[in-house]
Amino acid sequence: MSNMPKVTYIEYNDTAHEVEVPLGLSVMRGAIDNNVPGIDADCGGECACATCHVYIEPEWQDKIGVPEPGSQEASMLSFAAVTQPNSRLSCQLQMREDLDGLVVRMPEGQH
Amino acid sequence: MSQSDARIVIVGAGHAGGSAAAFLRQYGWKGPITLVGEEPIAPYQRPPLSKAWLKGEADAASLALRPDSFYPSSDIALRLATSAVGIDREARAVALSSGETLAYDHLILALGSRARKLSLPGLSLAGVLELRTVAEADQLKAALGPGKRLAVIGGGYIGLEAAASARALGAEAVVIERESRVLARVACPELSAFFQDYHRAKGVEIVVGAAIEALEGVDGHVTGVRLSDGRLIGCDAVLVGVGAAANEELARDAGLACNGGIVVDLAARTADPLIHAIGDCTHRPLPLYESMGRLESVPNALEQAKQAAADLCGRAPPTPEVPWFWSDQYDLRLQIAGLPLGAAETVLRGDPAAAQFAIFHLDADERLLAVEAINATPEFMGGRIMIGKRKKIPGKKLRDMSLSMRDLAA
Repeated sequence: MSNMPKVTYIEYNDTAHEVEVPLGLSVMRGAIDNNVPGIDADCGGECACATCHVYIEPEWQDKIGVPEPGSQEASMLSFAAVTQPNSRLSCQLQMREDLDGLVVRMPEGQH
Repeated sequence: MSQSDARIVIVGAGHAGGSAAAFLRQYGWKGPITLVGEEPIAPYQRPPLSKAWLKGEADAASLALRPDSFYPSSDIALRLATSAVGIDREARAVALSSGETLAYDHLILALGSRARKLSLPGLSLAGVLELRTVAEADQLKAALGPGKRLAVIGGGYIGLEAAASARALGAEAVVIERESRVLARVACPELSAFFQDYHRAKGVEIVVGAAIEALEGVDGHVTGVRLSDGRLIGCDAVLVGVGAAANEELARDAGLACNGGIVVDLAARTADPLIHAIGDCTHRPLPLYESMGRLESVPNALEQAKQAAADLCGRAPPTPEVPWFWSDQYDLRLQIAGLPLGAAETVLRGDPAAAQFAIFHLDADERLLAVEAINATPEFMGGRIMIGKRKKIPGKKLRDMSLSMRDLAA
């Protein structure tokens, strides 16, 4: 049995992908490394493009929190077409032990 | 033949080729996929090479497009350290440098671009470098450090990023540009002036309007750049970054139309229904600008990789994107959306002295064509949205900082 934390990514069409994401890696990188559809990550995790947008499932929102006000992430997200209060850019979420089991949903499109 | 037997060969294992293979599997392609790449390593991201990688802030795993385990687990055959030397369209086969031939049912050309060559005495001296591959980045890195001096020929993005990284590593840097300003081909004069001032304030010497006579060396190693006015710029290494040319020869030799890039449509199709082409090597439609052109960027590589994969898998084509680019230098983040093709008016918003501003480009009908934003994410994001909508907006509104970009873009 692996002890590596897991993240579940749910596509817009409800297809779920549970994958292992090593500690310290971003939630975006976890999706890219496992070829999970729905996260584009054009800029490779530089917080320059807002194409790794995810919605945090409600039960995880307290642990994840919201983007720091005035941050690059907050600024980029405020222009995403379908932003919700639980929107985050997954390149800015580093995997931690207490995030094992995290569930995120993807928007219909990233562009 | 069912799709599960149809063989896709992708020639070129850069950002475009590697992404196409991944998207094909995401979209459900069942048949064999073979990815042929010249370099000895699996597809990786090139943008960090002049930045984080050069400064030692990125490792091989973070550079990789996908982990090595992805290829076997996705049943994608990697043929690395191998180049394609010819395409036989009738026989539907690609000849490889190894002497083998690979049969295909569908071929994707992701041939990339290569550094433009100068014609100068001394180019073969040791210490004269280019920057496109991780191997070249490692050579450059080894030449940088305290007490070293790097001469950069060409004031484009690669050259300026490398100069900024050289400074971060404690080396001196001189940028030598033929035109009267840096970024002459890719940015407006106001932005060029801003970057020149910023680099100079960081200790980079910038020489514009410079004609180079030769590279000079001692014992086979470069020691300086001789300008035609007689000046000698001493250095320990030279980075040549004077633009890129499309690798289109393989396609042209196979009879496919090329025009400074392989000509494709919005589904990344060439004139041969069995051959797609994607990324830096293409001459592609620019639908927002009713024009064709070549885009050297990661977003373009990804967009066309999706177009080709969607077309092959019978999916609806992806929505055309607004071209965009980014560059990080020092604490500056430059983000550009759109292309200033046919621009008639330039509008400044924000304060260049505070290193936070944007330059908008409008056509004669006040339609937004492009935005160049420095540390100005709302201007970039809002501008990108407006460009995509072909929105008309008066310059005086864009200039007015009391109006938010969110409201302007709505």
